[in-house]
Amino acid sequence: MKAAVSRAQTKGSTRASRAVKKTVGRYNADPDMLIQILLDLQTTLGWLSPGVLADVSEQLGVPVSRVYHIASFYKAFSLVPRGRHIIKVCMGTACQVRGAPQLVNVIASMLNMKPGETSEDRRFTLETVNCLGCCAMGPVIAVDGVYHSKPTTEDLRSIFKGAR
Amino acid sequence: MTITLQIDGKEVKAESGVTVLEAARQAGVHIPTLCEHDRLMPYGVCRICCVEVEKKGRKRIVVSCGYPVENGLVVTTRSPRIDRIRKVLIELVAPTAMADGLLAGEMKKIATEYGADIHRFESRFTGKPIRCILCGKCVRYCDEVVGKQAIGFVGRGVDRRAVFFPEQARACLTCEACFNLCPTGKIAADTDFVVFDGFSVDDYSSGEL
Repeated sequence: MKAAVSRAQTKGSTRASRAVKKTVGRYNADPDMLIQILLDLQTTLGWLSPGVLADVSEQLGVPVSRVYHIASFYKAFSLVPRGRHIIKVCMGTACQVRGAPQLVNVIASMLNMKPGETSEDRRFTLETVNCLGCCAMGPVIAVDGVYHSKPTTEDLRSIFKGAR
Repeated sequence: MTITLQIDGKEVKAESGVTVLEAARQAGVHIPTLCEHDRLMPYGVCRICCVEVEKKGRKRIVVSCGYPVENGLVVTTRSPRIDRIRKVLIELVAPTAMADGLLAGEMKKIATEYGADIHRFESRFTGKPIRCILCGKCVRYCDEVVGKQAIGFVGRGVDRRAVFFPEQARACLTCEACFNLCPTGKIAADTDFVVFDGFSVDDYSSGEL
C-alpha cells in the first residue's frame, strides 16, 4: 500500500469537511448510521481521508477507533486516494478461464500500473474483483460501473481515451 | 434458580445463566483460557477453553466460556480428545504469537502443560509474526472496563491488527491496564507508551504493521 497519508495532514481540508458536515447532518448525527454516512462520503469524496474519519468521529460522538474499525474492515471503503475512474477487472472463475489474467496484464501495461494501484495523475485506479456477476460475458471489466464484455486492445484504448 | 450439573464426575450446583466455565471455576476445576477475563463479556475466539458436554447421551465439544449451564449436563474438562484439541490450537497459533522463537506469558504456560510442539507449523507459516493472537482482551478491556477505546482493531483477515489511537491514548501512561492482559506479552514488551511508535494506527496506515 503506497501513498501513505499522515493522519494530521488532511485535517481541515475544506471541501471534505463541508461534505462531512452535510452528510452527518442529513442523518441527524445518528451514531447508528455510521456505515451509511461513511458510504455516502466514500461516494462523494472517492476516499476516506484520516481527516474525514476524525471529523466523522467527532461529529457523531463515536470513538476514532470504532470509526477506523469499520472503515478499514469493508472493502467498499478506501483509506487511500483513488483515481477519478475506477477500472474493475473480474477475476471470477468463468472470467479466469476465459483469460482474465492476460486481460489484467494487458491493461496493467497499457496504463503502466499494477492492480490495486492508482495512477500518479489520479486518473485511474485499477482493481481486480472476485465476480461482477455476469459470467456469460466473461472476461469482463467495469469502468466507472459500465460493463465491457471481452474487450480487445482496441476497445480498451477507446474506453480509456473516453475516461479523462 | 439453581441448577445441578456434573463437572469431571463432581456434582456441581450453579446459578442458571452462568457459563460452564464459571461453574467449573466455582467448583475448583481449572479450565485454561486465553481470551477470557472475568470483567469482560465472553468473546469465544481462542477456543482453548473447549470442553466436552454430554446431553441425552450425545457428546459434543463446546466453548465453555460461552456455554450456559443446563440441568443435568455432564461436562468433561480433560480427556485425550480435549487435550489434543488444546495442543493443536496452541501449535496452530504459535507461529504468530512467538517472539524470537519463544512463547511468553499465558501461551507458554498452556503450551508446556499440553506438550505443544510450537515449531510444528512454523515452516508452513506465511503470515507475519506479529506476536498477537487477536484475542482482543486489550481492545475489549479498554472499551468495556476503562471506557477509553484507545486501542482497537483495524483491517481484516490476515491484515487485522490491534493498534493504539494516540488521540485517545493520553490516559494510557497512567492506566496501563492492558499491559498484563496480553497472553503473548506483546503490549508490555513492544509498546513505547510515550510515542506509540510501531504500534499505532499511523503505522498501520503506512503499511508497516
